[in-house]
Amino acid sequence: MTLADLGWVLLRIAMMLGFLLGTLPVVIWLERRVLAWFQNRIGPNRLGPFGLLQPMADAAKLFFKEEIIPAQADRLIWSLAPALSLFPALAAAATIPWGPNRLLTPVADVDIGILYFLAMSSLAAYGVLLAGWASNNKYSLLGGLRASAQVISYELGMGLALATAILYAGSLRMTDIVAMQSEPLWGVVPFIPNWLVFTPWGLVGAGLFFVCMLAETNRAPFDLPEAESELVAGYQTEYSSMKFAAFFMGEYIAILAISGIMTTCFLGGYLSPVNFSPIQSFAESSEGVWHVLAGVSGALAPPFWFVAKVFALFFGFLWVRATLLRLRYDQLMNIGWRFLIPVGLVNLALLTVYIVWGWVPSLVGYAVVGAMYWVRSARHRPEVRQLTYTRAAQPYRPKEASNV
Amino acid sequence: MFEKVLFFLLALIAISTAVGVVANRNPVRSALLLVMNFISLAILYFMLSAQFLGVLQVIVYAGAIMVLFLFVIMLLNLGSPEAIAQERELKRPLAWLVAMGLFSVLMSQALVLASYGTPQLAPDIGTARTIGLVLFTQWAFPLLLVALLLTVGVIGSILLARRRPA
Repeated sequence: MTLADLGWVLLRIAMMLGFLLGTLPVVIWLERRVLAWFQNRIGPNRLGPFGLLQPMADAAKLFFKEEIIPAQADRLIWSLAPALSLFPALAAAATIPWGPNRLLTPVADVDIGILYFLAMSSLAAYGVLLAGWASNNKYSLLGGLRASAQVISYELGMGLALATAILYAGSLRMTDIVAMQSEPLWGVVPFIPNWLVFTPWGLVGAGLFFVCMLAETNRAPFDLPEAESELVAGYQTEYSSMKFAAFFMGEYIAILAISGIMTTCFLGGYLSPVNFSPIQSFAESSEGVWHVLAGVSGALAPPFWFVAKVFALFFGFLWVRATLLRLRYDQLMNIGWRFLIPVGLVNLALLTVYIVWGWVPSLVGYAVVGAMYWVRSARHRPEVRQLTYTRAAQPYRPKEASNV
Repeated sequence: MFEKVLFFLLALIAISTAVGVVANRNPVRSALLLVMNFISLAILYFMLSAQFLGVLQVIVYAGAIMVLFLFVIMLLNLGSPEAIAQERELKRPLAWLVAMGLFSVLMSQALVLASYGTPQLAPDIGTARTIGLVLFTQWAFPLLLVALLLTVGVIGSILLARRRPA
């Protein structure tokens, strides 16, 4: 490694960290505003244009808060836990490519890119687990235990979902997976890139990954580790000041990183939805103003599409959070072990059928499995409960109101 | 030069955390030191260009098995240091004997290997492709045996954990 290479690596690390930490306030603001919009509220709109400076004010407030350490806490592990939840989130982003040129390729384009991401996301369980244990508090401990069981369960489903991308691209390297998706759609439709989500196996894999991604980042409807209504705030009950802020940052950075992975593996990474590359290369070969414009768009379009897809996925997170109720614990485990993992395995098997025998037997397989599942679920249809209103259950209404 | 410094640093971390696992009286801290040991070993694997092995070390040992260990330790509430100070007097000489025997066997092999010098390996020896090819062609039968063993383990654990019919 020469000194120039080292410089490029440092520059790429700075770019990635800058992106993650720079979009963090925007993402937090977006979450609060979008949730408010879903719930017919206004949300933070006072500080700065549209309330954009609100996260800065919150950060300043957290910075000046008193830090309270529980008397019975294991001090060392207690203070290590926020760092342990922040570090894997930041490190997981290191293999995500967000553009074709040298500055925007991943920090380290290693051959084991996806496995590296899985390793980092499996380390993410420690921060939560240790925070729960070291606080020496029932609620915290329950939150930590729930988080570790949940993360282990859903990691398998996530691995199976990512395996479809690996198998289809024939490589674990992130840039190879993006390169595979830049080919024409299904090998025949020109000008539309072959995003993995447009293939049947990719569609199932992407759905699976989306569910697992919600569970991995402890977001609603899988936010049992910090279920407010039963566990106060779960593993972060005892944390205040900057340590709480570190957990908060870790959560959102993990969301950004995992959305980046889903973008790369299933949504075509930094590729645009329509393949402009013939026009692009034509403009680059011409003279004058078109050449300059082509250069600018060639440099800016890939990161723009990448960031746009990441934000679209983040909007998906919020949409789910605003729509679905929190699962019960047995429902969580049932979905993880008895639905996602079998679906992932069948999907993987049918993808291998496609790779070995072509797309006709594979699609037939999907049809057969779908029909079997439909027949089975039709037989096990849950009873529809009749809602009966009794007079005794009616809210109390004063006599005067009913006369009006 | 840089690699040598890194190697000795990692070796120092690996050995001191391994000693710490045994010496520490708090089971949670012991488990955490073991995690650190696994991660430093994984980085050593990376330095030997066995990247696949290194990353699997992190995923399987540090990410899954140790999380389960911690889970069990926390559930059983072994957090208090007194809980593990049992039967130490009886087991200690035996433990020393076994550990020393294992150490001498490993050391003798390591010294023999070291006398050959560092072997030159192909640069792609540790990639997923190479390992997969070898594992699913040359060593397919042992792989199937291991799979069978794991299946037996899974079924056994389910049988043990199942509620007895009333």
